[in-house]
Amino acid sequence: MPAVKLTVNGKAVSGDVEDRTLLVQFLRDTLGLTGTHVGCDTSQCGACVVHIDGRAVKSCTVLVGQANDANVTTIEGIARGDELHPMQAAFRDNHGLQCGFCTPGMIMSAIDIVKRHGGSLDEATVRQELEGNICRCTGYHNIVKSVLDAAGRMKVSQAAE
Amino acid sequence: MGLEGIGASVVRKEDKRFITGKGRYTDDIRLHGMTHAHFIRSPHAHAKVKSIDSAEAMKIPGVVAVLAGKELVEDKIGNLICGWMVHSKDGTPMKMGAFPALAPDTVRFVGQAVAVVIADSKNLARDAAEKVTVTYKELPAVADIRSAIAPGAPQLHPEAPGNVVYDWALGDEAATNAAFATAANVVSIELTNNRLVPNAMEPRSAIADYDTAEEHFTLYTTSQNPHVARLVLSAFYNIAPEHKLRVIAPDVGGGFGSKIFIYPEEMVALWASKKVSRPVKWTSDRTEAFLTDAHGRDHLSKGEIAFDKDNKIVGLRVKTHANFGAYMSLFSSSVPTYLYATLLSGQYEIPVIYCEVDAVYTNTVPVDAYRGAGRPEASFLIERLMETAARKLKVDPAELRRKNFITSFPHQTPVIMAYDAGDFNASLDSALKAIDYAGFAARKEKAKKEGKLRGLGFSCYIEACGIAPSKAVGSLGAGVGLWESAEVRVNPVGTIEILTGSHSHGQGHETTFAQVVAERLGVPISQVSIVHGDTDKVQFGMGTYGSRSAAVGMSAIVKALEKVEAKAKKIVSHHLEASEDDIIIEDGNFKVTGTDKSMALANVALAAYTAHNLPPGMEPGLKEGAFYDPTNFTFPAGAYICEVEVDAGTGKTSFVNFVAADDFGRLINPMIVEGQVHGGLAQGIGQAILEGTVYDKSGQLITASFMDYSMPRADDLPSFKLSHTTTLCPGNPLGVKGCGEAGAIGASAAVINAITDAIGHERLEMPATPDRVWAAIHG
Repeated sequence: MPAVKLTVNGKAVSGDVEDRTLLVQFLRDTLGLTGTHVGCDTSQCGACVVHIDGRAVKSCTVLVGQANDANVTTIEGIARGDELHPMQAAFRDNHGLQCGFCTPGMIMSAIDIVKRHGGSLDEATVRQELEGNICRCTGYHNIVKSVLDAAGRMKVSQAAE
Repeated sequence: MGLEGIGASVVRKEDKRFITGKGRYTDDIRLHGMTHAHFIRSPHAHAKVKSIDSAEAMKIPGVVAVLAGKELVEDKIGNLICGWMVHSKDGTPMKMGAFPALAPDTVRFVGQAVAVVIADSKNLARDAAEKVTVTYKELPAVADIRSAIAPGAPQLHPEAPGNVVYDWALGDEAATNAAFATAANVVSIELTNNRLVPNAMEPRSAIADYDTAEEHFTLYTTSQNPHVARLVLSAFYNIAPEHKLRVIAPDVGGGFGSKIFIYPEEMVALWASKKVSRPVKWTSDRTEAFLTDAHGRDHLSKGEIAFDKDNKIVGLRVKTHANFGAYMSLFSSSVPTYLYATLLSGQYEIPVIYCEVDAVYTNTVPVDAYRGAGRPEASFLIERLMETAARKLKVDPAELRRKNFITSFPHQTPVIMAYDAGDFNASLDSALKAIDYAGFAARKEKAKKEGKLRGLGFSCYIEACGIAPSKAVGSLGAGVGLWESAEVRVNPVGTIEILTGSHSHGQGHETTFAQVVAERLGVPISQVSIVHGDTDKVQFGMGTYGSRSAAVGMSAIVKALEKVEAKAKKIVSHHLEASEDDIIIEDGNFKVTGTDKSMALANVALAAYTAHNLPPGMEPGLKEGAFYDPTNFTFPAGAYICEVEVDAGTGKTSFVNFVAADDFGRLINPMIVEGQVHGGLAQGIGQAILEGTVYDKSGQLITASFMDYSMPRADDLPSFKLSHTTTLCPGNPLGVKGCGEAGAIGASAAVINAITDAIGHERLEMPATPDRVWAAIHG
């Protein structure tokens, strides 16, 4: 079995895997990082979104071998200790989640959206950009609110840095 | 209301684990020595299973077992049942065809399981399944209602001649026909209530763990009602007696009805775990979910409504055919009968109603309750009829409704339900104001100048929630009581655990239930934990569905809290030498009115547990339980108005505005209530314009993934404008009515009424996709 080594949430990890092992399987089954979910198997729902080298990617459609040497961030890796990432805090404060299953993927996608659009985000853009993430609980109303709220918070925290 | 009590929009206690990836769903759990199950499913809609050859599969290292239906039958595992008895008009009971968890000889829908491979890993189980050879003899299939009831149609079950499960009726046929005979105007409509796939984002999953020494099973599963699952698995499926079966529903990623039912996969996982003496895990993939989760809706209906010369309704007549799929699911029989026809009076004074329902078997996935369950179908029918009638009678749709609203309560409808409270004018007024109804004509005119078709649609829905009292549902055929239980444990240091039979799978019970405690005892919600979803921890419960957790589940908590308070007051009275009647509870303190004497809850609890100084004869401890059975269903109601713009060139519908004015009685946490409405609206709008379940004539499910089945996405939906009007429910101590299903019940009619208004054509089936709308416009 081929060996892989990558960085996940800042830690170097490695393992021997079957060729067909998906990144999401490696994260969940080998590393026990079960915050990343599988909701559809066909790259439609986005419950499995993680960041690979800073970009949002659906981890159910990437072989772990393709992420060799890459820097992967999952939902478990975005808070700083007890301090939530502004996107996490915004989802909580705006009731942007209900059952929580799509939430990790939503948050990881949303961080990427805010980073790419910066301060020019509006409701229509957020809705369009969330095309690849399906939520069955919230009707998206509060998810959109959360992302717009977080966009403001992230701008402030960037300015502070 | 305190900062965290009833009525406060407190952020959710449970959110931290979900936003940090620490939720614990069934598939996240791994047990030592765990094996993985992969089901072998029929590729045919109707066939005889001739042989199953697993010899090649068993040669693969790591394959533990291949089990099939014959062994299941030999081990006397029971067939799946439907737990709600419905009788046909002639008094004969519904005709239930046998539904084994693994089909030993006949398959009746694509996706029905015939065998299961158990292996050391999921991939191995899948690989091995490829090596199992199943031979079938194909039989002719029927994939829709009309084909199933046509003369000479292929028959599914020997028990059900003509593929009819029951032909049931409700109401006074003779009186209804008489009303129609003398009516000034009759308006009729034929419509389809499209089949939907629930698609909770977390696929179903089960881990069964058999302890050979204790002869005890533990089942982790994606359930809305773990106690009901244990009851059914024990009493009917012969898995194990209840005390030898623990069912745990940990974090569950949405349900919408689809996780009420006990499915073949959980049964097989339990049975297989004993067979192989190792834990067995199964997690559905999305296509399996499409092929095996109970679907929803799927009605064909004709509705007729009769008016007198003043446009007052004099009668309603409905004929519905309901598609049950290939087998009866756990509560399927109740959905198009007692959860449907009983709501056909809508918000209107209708003197006579007659409804006939024929339930039909087809070679498709079983159909059962999906968010709203029967009530969306009823609401869609009556609200499409009212809007069509207003257009035909050339009266304002709001005014036609207003003229016929029920205005005095309690109100006995002709179809069983007795509405206890409501103010339908208030919710309609609120919605009209929010949408600026007065300005609509000008907006329509302006849109027309821009080449767009603007339309407005109403939906004034009512639903019956709580799915209780037990005596009432029992008299209608339910096989179980539908109360709820709760236990309040005050610990010696004053922290509180609430054990509830309700189950939260997105509804936020860990917050709202704690708010009820905060309101009563004045303690912060951080001091309160909600325990649910484990049959070993919670004594019993009926679970969460039918918008019942507030009206029934929270009411049980209130009843248990009353007992705790009564005992605590006795202790305080004894310690402070005051009359119990003079003791009030404020900010977590028991105070003697008119004095400065008080005792903190923590001190009362400590006194109860040290038991050094209790009133004579009092037992130590501060823990009380209650079973609560309401006196009636609850009746949430509201008015939804949708404004759309249709592009005549493409048939595409865009939302201009969607307003919802709901009366849910008292709101515990308005933020959470609104979230429930948003989600319900999305599902109702999804049904109206996006979601269509398509079978081909041979019974193949064409829409079996998110690539083919159109789930509502963020850019398909508008933001919603919500408002609330309030009449308190007199049937429970909190005055709550339930809010989980309203959006899904009311939204679809508003959308279709708006699109048909825009395009000027009444005939438009759901989902009203651009091609259908375009075809309706251009003939």
